[in-house]
Amino acid sequence: MTGPKKTVTMMSASGILGYGFPEASLEAALARKPDMIGVDGGSSDPGPHYLGSGKTLNSRLAMKRDLSLLLRGAIRNGIPMMVGTCGGAGGKPHLEACADIIREVAREHGLSFRMALIHAEQDAAFIVEQLEAGKVRPLNNAPQIGAEDIRGAERIVGMMGPEPYRAALAAGAQVILGGRGTDPAPWVALAMHHGLPPAPAWYAGKMLECACNAAIPKKHDCLLVTVGEDFVEAEPLNPELRCTPLSVAVQALHENASPVIRHEPGGIVDSTDCRIEAVTERIVRITGMRWKPMPYSIKLEGARMVGYSAIAIAATRDPGLIGQIDSFLDFVRGSTATKVTALGISPADYQLVIRAYGRDGVMGAWEPHAELAPVELALIAEVVAKNQETANAALSLARVTLLHSDFPGRMCREGNMAFPFSPSDIERGAIYEFMLQHVVEIEDPLRMFPISYEDVGASA
Amino acid sequence: MTRLKDIAKACKSKNAGPFHITLDIMFDQPALFERVRASGVVSAELIARLYGVPVGEVLFTEYPPALAWKATIPRRIASGAVGDTDVYGAQQHAPLLDIEIPD
Repeated sequence: MTGPKKTVTMMSASGILGYGFPEASLEAALARKPDMIGVDGGSSDPGPHYLGSGKTLNSRLAMKRDLSLLLRGAIRNGIPMMVGTCGGAGGKPHLEACADIIREVAREHGLSFRMALIHAEQDAAFIVEQLEAGKVRPLNNAPQIGAEDIRGAERIVGMMGPEPYRAALAAGAQVILGGRGTDPAPWVALAMHHGLPPAPAWYAGKMLECACNAAIPKKHDCLLVTVGEDFVEAEPLNPELRCTPLSVAVQALHENASPVIRHEPGGIVDSTDCRIEAVTERIVRITGMRWKPMPYSIKLEGARMVGYSAIAIAATRDPGLIGQIDSFLDFVRGSTATKVTALGISPADYQLVIRAYGRDGVMGAWEPHAELAPVELALIAEVVAKNQETANAALSLARVTLLHSDFPGRMCREGNMAFPFSPSDIERGAIYEFMLQHVVEIEDPLRMFPISYEDVGASA
Repeated sequence: MTRLKDIAKACKSKNAGPFHITLDIMFDQPALFERVRASGVVSAELIARLYGVPVGEVLFTEYPPALAWKATIPRRIASGAVGDTDVYGAQQHAPLLDIEIPD
């Protein structure tokens, strides 16, 4: 444990591990002798597929490039390197994928260090136990869930706070890879490890998790943040970028429900009364943030498999068809259902979803101009069914029904649709959905996040 | 009448978790922000009407440090679930563009 420090300087490489960053910015950061370098690795934004399937969001090649530079920089300078929400979703396979890269880089470059892996994937039986003890609470208007929902999940992760990272630092780990966590966690942990109070530590963590999202012009680049007892200062490392009071204030809007109140494990970060001032034309200082402790809780994320999907993409350029597309699609749905039933497939066993791009494909019911008639209209027909064979069979009938159904005034008698691909029908495999918007109340911040340690590169 | 798209710096949307979408209206000139603020047009009620959600489900915050308003509403369909059209929620801002501000 290091003694208390007046200020701590921390670097974040980019918004997400694998997005890339300029090597010169990392070197500029290291020249400033920061107390740690790190990067956040995840988000739920790309959807439920990654948590459900166990695949990583970014490619192994891209993650290895970033991790190799960060790891070598950290070891050379004797400072900690931390990665939050490894592999995009922070489950066991995602954490293991990043750990595997770290071991490989260490081997290739002859590096040795102590590594901590913080596990965030939750045992269904443990969550069911908490549910039955009344410790699992829905957020907002999330639906009630039962033990069967939990047992039916493909994967559940808890979003750790900074405490497991602090424990790993205290145990002497230099490289710390985390499973799913709240994005600011690694930097909050480092600042608090050095004795700084939670309010500026959390504010700094929130800035750092998205790196140069807090600077202009916007690009994937490294951010340096200095934290003191009562202030945070942010500075981009690329001389072409600037932090301004406005760019920093704008970052507070990013991906939050509220720009001023942020719920985190164990408390609330309140920036209602923050002052945001320019120190130079590239450096911004923020003061006045507050931390309000709350009973400790951990947010859960879960994904369940909903079936197997197949899609076909088609488009029409026929004004007669576009002018009556709603009644035509109703007919296609009805006719497809009849043909699918004839295969012995129950209507309960599949769903057909047709999106009309050029009309309301992007916004659905929220589209304010759905009545405008486009010149061409793209349709994506999707079937989701309990197995791939059923999905393929139903989609194939939906596709031919789109192509060859009659409609009043039809002139295009050889087919209604332009298909850009052969094969037209594309299997998407298993698909997932998010199924938890809940927190579990738990007194011990470490309880759900076991840490394993290993000496990487030690002479064996 | 002036439309928001002609005077705002940004009108954007993004996921705030898998079950909510957050809408941001941002200015880069304090005078323009104050003019729109004084008009009282941008409100939780307006967002509720534009998106067809109950006003009680709109979390609405005026945020002067960023010359911005933020509104967070429940998604029609959870991110990436069957029938979703916008996994990142990044293209749900269009109704904001045509908000009319009295001259």
